[in-house]
Amino acid sequence: MIAGRRGAIVGAALLVLGLVLPVIPGVYIVFAIDLVCFALVAVAFDVLLGFTGLLSFGHALFWGGAGYVATIAIAHGVTSFPLEVLAGVAYAFVLSAAVGAISVRRSGIFFAMITLAIAEIQYFLAYQMIDLTGGDNGLTVATRGTFFGLSLEDDHVYYYLVLAITAIATVVAVRIVTSPYGAVLAAMRENENRAKSIGYDTDRFKLAAFVVSGTLAGLAGALYAIGNRLSGLDGVDWHTSGAIVMMTILGGIGTIYGPMIGAAIFQALDFFVSKTPIGDKTNIVMGLVFAIIILIARRGVVGELMHRLRPSVVLPFEDEEPILL
Amino acid sequence: MPSISPDYLLIQIFNGLVNGGFYALLALGLSIIFGMLRIVNFAHGVMYMLGAFVAYYGAQLVHLPFFAALIVAPIVVGAFGLGIEVLLLRRLYSLDPLYNLLLTFALVLIIEDVMRLAAGALGSPYQTPDILSGATNLGFTVYPTYRLFVIVVCLIVCFAVYLAIERSRLGARIRAATEKPELTRAFGIDTRRLVSGTFAFGAALAALAGVLAAPNTNVSPTMGDSIIINTFAIVVIGGLGSIRGSIVAGFALGIIAAVGAVLYPPISNTLIFIVMVLVILFRPAGLFGTAERTA
Repeated sequence: MIAGRRGAIVGAALLVLGLVLPVIPGVYIVFAIDLVCFALVAVAFDVLLGFTGLLSFGHALFWGGAGYVATIAIAHGVTSFPLEVLAGVAYAFVLSAAVGAISVRRSGIFFAMITLAIAEIQYFLAYQMIDLTGGDNGLTVATRGTFFGLSLEDDHVYYYLVLAITAIATVVAVRIVTSPYGAVLAAMRENENRAKSIGYDTDRFKLAAFVVSGTLAGLAGALYAIGNRLSGLDGVDWHTSGAIVMMTILGGIGTIYGPMIGAAIFQALDFFVSKTPIGDKTNIVMGLVFAIIILIARRGVVGELMHRLRPSVVLPFEDEEPILL
Repeated sequence: MPSISPDYLLIQIFNGLVNGGFYALLALGLSIIFGMLRIVNFAHGVMYMLGAFVAYYGAQLVHLPFFAALIVAPIVVGAFGLGIEVLLLRRLYSLDPLYNLLLTFALVLIIEDVMRLAAGALGSPYQTPDILSGATNLGFTVYPTYRLFVIVVCLIVCFAVYLAIERSRLGARIRAATEKPELTRAFGIDTRRLVSGTFAFGAALAALAGVLAAPNTNVSPTMGDSIIINTFAIVVIGGLGSIRGSIVAGFALGIIAAVGAVLYPPISNTLIFIVMVLVILFRPAGLFGTAERTA
């Protein structure tokens, strides 16, 4: 579904959906901005989980960390949007290279635990460095800055800018996973020892995937924080890492576009449930939905749909039962 | 560096022992569960929280005394854990253990918010039992009696569980089922029941820690949130699945974190994770783990 003409059609359809999203009655524009940012972080996460089988439980490290850096840049007088984003992305890039270097050699539970631990270190640093981050209160900034002279304070302007960036980033992600490099990743995921014996330095390939994933997650997080003119401890909390995992699996591991839809469903569900009498206890429903997905629909919404429509198309992790490596 | 009086350091070591006791109890349960089921149980912190709530509601509704709660809460929460294992976790054993990790994460979200709905988010105090309130003179300082009680109970329970697993017949079966499940089954031992029992027992240990924590902390739906992540780190440091490693690392990290907080306060929250990263880098199997478990 990702590659070729079919992929282009799905991608274009999602883009059209993105273009009309703000004019759908009942959709708040700020909600739409958040949704697109989460869609991008889910894509970023899928590059790692779907194509290396590594389950990170610490992607809040990049999402929330880059968000902090972007808003800190604004708080220190940066008003150029590209520079704000670049600061956040650069942070995520450097951090993901460093964290990847010590973590990709581990797999399974150890990889999940080490990414979780490092993300917690950042959480406590953000909590303690009050002068820089605002600690418990978070860091609120007055402006989103300007994009080559264009003011971004208007929510619709900002939305379409974020949508454009997300579209480009998604195309980049698709190109990466459908490239020869992506084919090596797929081979490693299916049988790492065989890939090694052919002569591939599998750790380097995994590290590259981790850096791509972390950097794109940072991009999404920076866009999110700038959009809200706020970064806070929520963003670097382990629950956020978990939410990113949930969106990706909800949509469908290894389908790239699936996690975008997963993020949209997740955000919409969260929004609607919060309007019911249970109020901010939305995790009751989110947790139930995720538990059901894990128990009976591990291909995710899009993965299951594809499986029903065309059982002949083999998705990653679909040999017998989907398997996380 | 400011000069630190030896007495103050000694008090901090005792505080570290209290925290370490909680870490050890929780890590022990997590480790037993991991050894048998290969699951990193995110819901372990929830079991801890539920244990505290059983004590709290027991006291509120039926005047359940603290010492009775130490027995009742583990039984109630153990039964709850048993239900979760039988109804949910069991379905995913044939798959990669990460799926069960994710399932227990979903359980955390559900149970925490159900408790927030039922009990409110803010939490409530729980009275220290009269006989343990006040302070005891230790010679160099007076120290809260209740905290000494916590240290003693944690030490006794950890030691008893260690002995039971290393020395008893049931313990031998558990170890056998952990090492070679198929072979153990071939000898006619019902490993399924061992697995269920192990999960329930781990949950009960967490609940016991929760009851012990109740008088010390605010009983709230999120009280297990941060301690569980620390405990994950401790279990990895001790060696995933290693009983001895969990107990030693629990107490050791409790003390190290407390002393570290005195010497360099900003590091107090992160020290455990820094140690964990170092351990994974240089001794991936953990301090007491076997190489086989690094996968």
